[in-house]
Amino acid sequence: MVEFILNNQTIQTDLPAGTTVLDFVRYDENLKGTKIGCREGDCGACTVLVGELNEDSVKYRSMTSCLMPIANAHCKHIVTVEGINKPNNELTEVQQAIVDAGGTQCGFCTVGFVMSLTGFCIDETEKSGEMAISSIDGNICRCTGYKSIERAAELVSSQLSVVSSQNNSLEIAVEKGIVPEYFSGIKNRLAELSQKNPKSKIQNPKFVVGGGTDLYVQRHDEMVYAPAENLFDNSDLRGIEENGEFIEIGASATVTDLLVSPVMQSIFPNLYKHLKLVSSTPIRNMATLAGNFVNASPIGDMTVWFLALDATIVFNNEREIHLSELYLGYKTLAKTDDEFIKTIRFRKKVQHFNFEKVSKRTCLDISSVNSAISLKTENNKILEVHAAAGGVAPIPLYLKKTSAFLRGKEISDSTILQANEILQTEISPISDVRGSAEYKRLLLRQLFTAHFVELFGFSTER
Amino acid sequence: MKNVDSKSHVRGESVYLDDIPLINGTLFACVYDSPVAHGVLKKVEIEEAEKSKGVVKVILAKDLIGENEIGNIFHDEPLFADDEVHFQGMPIALVLAETEEQARIAARKTTVEIEPLEIVTNPRIAFAKNDLIVPPKHFKLGDSETAFKTSKYVFAGRADVNGQEHLYIETQGAYCIPTEQNGIKVYSSTQGPTAVQRCVSRVTGVPMHLIEVDVQRLGGGFGGKEDQANAWAAMCAVGTQLTKRPVKYALHRMEDMRMTGKRHPYSADYRIGLDKDLKIVAYEVVFYQNAGASADLSPPVLERTLFHCTNSYFIPNVTATAYSCRTNLPPNTAFRGFGGPQGMFVIESAIAHAAEKLRVSASEIQQKNLIESGDKFPYGQKAISEAITSWAQADEKFDFAKLQEETDDFNKQNKFIKKGVAVQPICFGISFTKTPMNQARSLVHIYTDGSVAVSTGAVEMGQGVNTKIAQVAARVFSLPIERIKVHTTNTLRIANTSPTAASAAADLNGRATLIACETILERLRKLAAELLKAENVSDISFLDGFIFNKNQPTDLDWVTLVNEAHLQRVNLSEHAHYATAGIHFDWGKASGHPFAYHVYGTAIIGVTVDCLRGIYETDFVKTVHDFGSSMNKIVDYGQIEGGIVQGIGWLTMEEVVYDADGKLRSNALSTYKIPDIYSVPKQIEIVPLETDRENPAIFNSKAVGEPPLMYGIGAYFAIRNAVRAFNSEQSPAFVAPFTPERVLMNLYSEAAREMKAGK
Repeated sequence: MVEFILNNQTIQTDLPAGTTVLDFVRYDENLKGTKIGCREGDCGACTVLVGELNEDSVKYRSMTSCLMPIANAHCKHIVTVEGINKPNNELTEVQQAIVDAGGTQCGFCTVGFVMSLTGFCIDETEKSGEMAISSIDGNICRCTGYKSIERAAELVSSQLSVVSSQNNSLEIAVEKGIVPEYFSGIKNRLAELSQKNPKSKIQNPKFVVGGGTDLYVQRHDEMVYAPAENLFDNSDLRGIEENGEFIEIGASATVTDLLVSPVMQSIFPNLYKHLKLVSSTPIRNMATLAGNFVNASPIGDMTVWFLALDATIVFNNEREIHLSELYLGYKTLAKTDDEFIKTIRFRKKVQHFNFEKVSKRTCLDISSVNSAISLKTENNKILEVHAAAGGVAPIPLYLKKTSAFLRGKEISDSTILQANEILQTEISPISDVRGSAEYKRLLLRQLFTAHFVELFGFSTER
Repeated sequence: MKNVDSKSHVRGESVYLDDIPLINGTLFACVYDSPVAHGVLKKVEIEEAEKSKGVVKVILAKDLIGENEIGNIFHDEPLFADDEVHFQGMPIALVLAETEEQARIAARKTTVEIEPLEIVTNPRIAFAKNDLIVPPKHFKLGDSETAFKTSKYVFAGRADVNGQEHLYIETQGAYCIPTEQNGIKVYSSTQGPTAVQRCVSRVTGVPMHLIEVDVQRLGGGFGGKEDQANAWAAMCAVGTQLTKRPVKYALHRMEDMRMTGKRHPYSADYRIGLDKDLKIVAYEVVFYQNAGASADLSPPVLERTLFHCTNSYFIPNVTATAYSCRTNLPPNTAFRGFGGPQGMFVIESAIAHAAEKLRVSASEIQQKNLIESGDKFPYGQKAISEAITSWAQADEKFDFAKLQEETDDFNKQNKFIKKGVAVQPICFGISFTKTPMNQARSLVHIYTDGSVAVSTGAVEMGQGVNTKIAQVAARVFSLPIERIKVHTTNTLRIANTSPTAASAAADLNGRATLIACETILERLRKLAAELLKAENVSDISFLDGFIFNKNQPTDLDWVTLVNEAHLQRVNLSEHAHYATAGIHFDWGKASGHPFAYHVYGTAIIGVTVDCLRGIYETDFVKTVHDFGSSMNKIVDYGQIEGGIVQGIGWLTMEEVVYDADGKLRSNALSTYKIPDIYSVPKQIEIVPLETDRENPAIFNSKAVGEPPLMYGIGAYFAIRNAVRAFNSEQSPAFVAPFTPERVLMNLYSEAAREMKAGK
């Protein structure tokens, strides 16, 4: 049985645990404000807020309900637009801002924007215009051209920036009626729910679901009834911690967990800039690192990122392998059915790191080609280097030859040129909807060069 | 004045097709569609599907009681494939089951045997085989052949522009309910309720007066639901007819993308002749329209391509030919601009080509050839032009030379980031080019509490037409907008409607509403004059719910007057009709006066290209745009901004990809990208054109829906200019969209050639 709070109501349901939250709220609870646009997390029309008890507070995140099994709602607070609407047809500040800015035309996507912006109001992000817009980066609108929505987002953030700090945003939001009064009581109600529903140990790890952001896109119908183990809820697997010279990340840490982690921020100064290129806010809020790894997509952004960190993965049976050893062939993994990833480890001393990605649309798109590199240098000499690329082989590719070539070399035009030539010999891109093979070759050459431009301000005169 | 729906939109309380409360016993439908683009349908195996859990019925072509035909203009499109399949995604069978999930599972259990036939996806190949939807269309003005002989410069080339997926966020769908005497009530997400009614009538054999089509609103249409909403409504209606139960089908996104047509891709050959002063003296163009498997709206789309083949330029000698070529793709259809943008892309390509060869700026040629009032378009209509005015005002406000200079300076200082600018004038004719469609009706009731209900033939799809219609009634009656409700578009209340399309819905239905309201008001005025013992009926006026006599307030208020009218048996309802005057067109002569008026405007667009990665951003779109005296600024600015972004999307990142087998590869939102919030222009500046000219549309406004889309063409040429600033050797082919791939391959044309050669 799954038990959670939907708006102001506690829900117990025996529906298949793989039922999506979207279908549940629309067809079982008759809450029709949440819309179906694409069912693959790419439009945001079905965005809801998910509140999770976190030590002594409830943290809210926006998520696309089309990719979220109700199992992942267990012991959480799910908020749809009906859960924030005020009585007597009054509008919340977020709703009013969208109306005032003319930010709604056909209206079909609008609720998604309302929910994402409301999420921005009650989460811990800085209340700037930039972050308000960032909160709606997963919402697609076909009518407005977004300029009016930008104006609405800026209006919302400017109303909050004066009063809100990182810790009191939920309080302020309740005070200002952005969310209703009952939100104040959710913390205790979730605590009770958690107490009542102790975490069960993972029994049968054959079908493990993290955030569901890929499984529910590719195999929606079978997922509803799949005998799945949901790791998303497992807070033991969520932490990001320093352990000696290593960083250890729980397998079900989300991309957002990385983004807000002070440890990660200190290691990767461009963390926000780079992760902005990876899907969208609601997907980053759901997508887990391990999910990205085992999905084994040849263009997995986070996989390429961690390949370049020379990361290792630790399975539940404590077996540890390099991430690069996980990939045997297209979607073929060096792991048994009984194994699931528990921890991801990498050396915390990262001197230079860069991530590059190009897709048809810069943000909220799947890479045509991506690449990451980490380097250790001394006096312009490369001591250690790990490079990886996606979209150029059947697997996310650790660039073994290229990395080996670069070790010990001076950083120079000719080194980059030569490395690029070797690089071309270890890739085998194919033509598909994301680009022709020759484009991907050319693009990787450019992105590989871009690493050195970004990291060493390199001249790209050629 | 905000959109009247905005409050219920932000609260999630607006009702779309999938939100209509279900009636007990509703069945859910799912289509089984052809996995092959062309072939002989030897066998359809539905036994497994029929046995599948929850399945009530599986419908094939042979089960139809009426005709198996949904083509509106030409009868060339079956509802279900019968003997042949003509595109991947062509419906073959319809499964009806107790739940949506059961219907989907069962549909997958259907199998077919298809003997493959040759697949054609390229319109030029279809043309070579003479496989045309309609005979070719021609426009001829002057004598281009002679003019080319005397032209100082002549350039010939080719331009290819791809299609565009509508991507309304609400997918297609319908919900049918049986009514008495074998009637059917149809809820449909359609821009054309009458088209749906006609289509349902044909496939069921039930006469139109027993079929009620009702449309609350659409979650986006953009042309995609003008004709292509018919099939789903027809299928649900057939299901209802055969099972006597309500049937609903709301398409999944991938079904929608796979089975529906898109904006037409075009390939074109052009020849342009200029004199020594850069005046265009001759233009020849041949368009190959990729129509898809059946006519749908391809013929009128083709015609509008011709109507706009010279954009806002006057060219004295024009020969334009257009072929509608049949291919094995889903039938392509209406999309904002309706063929016009494709015609304009080609003339802009020809101008850019000439400018490049002559080493002048394209804007110099553009400016020298703008159409003036009195000049003739190639179809004989004389222009009442704002082309020069809008250009001059835009140049004055935005300073084209300065923007160009800043761009050049920037490019001198930066090697790996290049900027580009382009000027984009537009000219778009308003009216359905099929003259009989330019009519509309409105039904207005005043109830005894003084509130007003309006119904028209216009469909609300976000463009704010209901808001404008409510404004008309509110203005005539001088009532607050809350006292007016514009109701669903319903074929029982308003019959024989034209689709909501061609930017004309507010013009036509607004006018009809104006006539209806004024007719009722005149009756009330007479009555008020009697009650107030006024000297003249014309002394009576209405203001803010009160009746004035000779501009003096009286005690008589609106509600009292309305009640008195009812007691005295004065008619408080009116059903009015409006037809646009003075338009006509004769295809025999390919000449006439098809448009009530034209919309003009001039934009300047600036982009930045990251020449290391081959990606780009739009920095600004600044436009002086002619939308008359706006009835509603929020609505109109929203239409302009939205149109610009949709146009830029079409020519940059939105790439419809079919493979050689006719399979749609860009079949989901993960593979077909429309602009997101980060990819839109950083700045959109809209300045209304200042003009004293009277506009023929309602309250001196002008249509605003389609024209702004065409500013997006400027983004293409701005990117092209930036690419050439980096790689001046390269002359990028006129192929749209300008995806990051095309950008990078043109930036590094030499390396790209090497990579292609496998080096």
